[in-house]
Amino acid sequence: MTDREETLQNLTEQYEREKHSRVKIHLELYAPSKAYQYKVRAAAQTNTLPDIFGVLGETRDLASFIVSGHVSDISAALDADDGHWRKQFFPKALATTTFNEGNQYKVSPGTYGIPIDVTNIQMLYNKEIFKQAGLNPEEPPKTWEEFIDAWHKLAAAGKPGFVSGWGETWMIDCFASNYAFNIMGEQKVLDTFRGKVPYTDPGWIKVLEIFDAMRREGLLVPGVVTMVNKTAEQTFANNNAAFAFNGSWCVNVYKGMNPDLSYGVMLPPSISSRYPMKIWGGAGSSFVINAASPYKKEALDYLKWLTSPAQQAVLSRETMNLPSNRNSMNDLPPLLAGFAAGMDSTTHPSEWPVVEDPIVVERFDRGIQSILTGEKTPAEIAQEVQALKEQLTK
Amino acid sequence: MIPKNIRLAKLKEVSTTYLFILPAMLLFLVFSFYPFLKVFQLSAMDWDGISSGMRFIGMKNFHEAAFHDPSWWISMKNAGIITLLALTAQNLLALALAMIVDRDIKGKNFYRVVFYLPPVLSGIVVGLVWNWIFDGSHGLLNYALIHVGLGSWTHAWLADPRTALLCVAIIHMWKGFGWGFVILLAGLQAIPRDLNEAARVDGAGDWRIFWKITVPLMLPVFFLVSILTVLGTMQIFEIIVATTNGGPGYHTEVPITRILTAMVGSARFGYACSLGILFGLILLAVSLVQMRLSKWSSHNV
Repeated sequence: MTDREETLQNLTEQYEREKHSRVKIHLELYAPSKAYQYKVRAAAQTNTLPDIFGVLGETRDLASFIVSGHVSDISAALDADDGHWRKQFFPKALATTTFNEGNQYKVSPGTYGIPIDVTNIQMLYNKEIFKQAGLNPEEPPKTWEEFIDAWHKLAAAGKPGFVSGWGETWMIDCFASNYAFNIMGEQKVLDTFRGKVPYTDPGWIKVLEIFDAMRREGLLVPGVVTMVNKTAEQTFANNNAAFAFNGSWCVNVYKGMNPDLSYGVMLPPSISSRYPMKIWGGAGSSFVINAASPYKKEALDYLKWLTSPAQQAVLSRETMNLPSNRNSMNDLPPLLAGFAAGMDSTTHPSEWPVVEDPIVVERFDRGIQSILTGEKTPAEIAQEVQALKEQLTK
Repeated sequence: MIPKNIRLAKLKEVSTTYLFILPAMLLFLVFSFYPFLKVFQLSAMDWDGISSGMRFIGMKNFHEAAFHDPSWWISMKNAGIITLLALTAQNLLALALAMIVDRDIKGKNFYRVVFYLPPVLSGIVVGLVWNWIFDGSHGLLNYALIHVGLGSWTHAWLADPRTALLCVAIIHMWKGFGWGFVILLAGLQAIPRDLNEAARVDGAGDWRIFWKITVPLMLPVFFLVSILTVLGTMQIFEIIVATTNGGPGYHTEVPITRILTAMVGSARFGYACSLGILFGLILLAVSLVQMRLSKWSSHNV
């Protein structure tokens, strides 16, 4: 969020000028994300939340804030005038902060957050390295077989492989989820979370085997398994990896690290043609309104203004993030357009009717790290995760 | 009977004393004692850290930590291994350097400053610098190995389950030996020089002086350094976050990262508090044993 500080500050000052100083907005941004998470939790515990704030973390975190009475339901504002404001957003972007009837968190149905941008996580490939290895830089691999073939050619030309910040386990989880949806389909994945399908199912073993295959093929840049995403971004920006797995925010990051980097965006190569490849995506940064704020109307007005096409275009142009307002998609730079094209393939845990216990997720992701180091087999990890799931279900 | 004016003067004196300590007392009660009690209360609750409602679950969190959370005990084991390495290798290095600087060598003030620099650096900064040294692709260590003909030894040191914990321990020891060095040097300088000189006149060599004079007189200092090493190392955290984040797998997980994961990663504040208490009790027990040993040695050596 801090990469957007200057632009947000400029826009906020513009808003204050337009409102002839009737409204004063004090903007505070925090980095790293964990520092903000602690700060906003502490503010909630002491009832000192600001008028507008963001909730980082998973859906259950937002749900806890809502259930505790800290967040306003803004459905009415979104649906006013025949849903004029709501219709401006990508539906996926609003889905991240929308709770439906009968949700597992017992949150009253409604929409609680306004996205100021959208994001999705895809694969990137280095066009210059592709050219040097005799690959067509305009035709990235679409299937897993093509991907491995491309890697064999890259390896034969002495080129580096794949990088991602898999020391941050959520990125592993994101990559694994893509393939879980592609191999088994949404229903079976969700049934696993419900406890109806075991992690020892051949579908899950196949998902884990992808990581084993990447290790066996020597596809991973050394150290990926404990690498933070910032280092992974630097590695790709320095032309030290042919492929990367990263979010749309990377366009701005790579531009800062290496303005001459020549790369393209591609969906993760699919393994199965039975189910579509799904990528993580939806709202990037969403703001919610403090239910106890005496300035709820002013807060809503500011968010309406910030998400209108003119301001969204400024945010997108200046910060290289995808706008949440779909009317601001014109004139996007090609790389961002590549990410924008992937919005239709996005999914996110916040959209799912059921999510996995975070303790199981952690064991699954750490297990994948063990597969990546060759310490354990996919079958062993599947059994360990299933055993934990059963223990927690009891 | 005490005259009234004396009683009043006494009362005034006592109340003045309490008035002086009142601000510190209030700060202590609000920021230390109350949170300390609160942690005990929360450890018996099922709470996500945000909701206003908490559910009392008694000792369930402690039971889970003790019997159903292998990752917690793996983290304790990892911290224990780093502590053992720090107690031995780190403190031996600190003692050796302190003994060298204790002698009349050229530039000893310079060495004192240099050896004390790592402890004052931020753990995150130290972690990032060593990340670069241990990097699997362009790390300084791999570069050096290639240049001395050991290219086959190169690998991603922090990502390999066989070397990750050792690498983290090396970083921690590098950052921490300066504390031991300063304390041990102060202890060495407190030993009267004429004791060594008298022993030398009696024909004792360096080795004999070390074992018969230096070690016995330094024992209280050794215990102080060892207690500080155990407490400091068991609570290792920043270096882990800056290098491995606890991975690969659980190979570099330590107690503090587990507590944080429970608190923020899985939003289980009550469980995190119970882990904190458990961890505190273990550290307390280790410190008590060390203090007992210290007392015993001061009477028997």
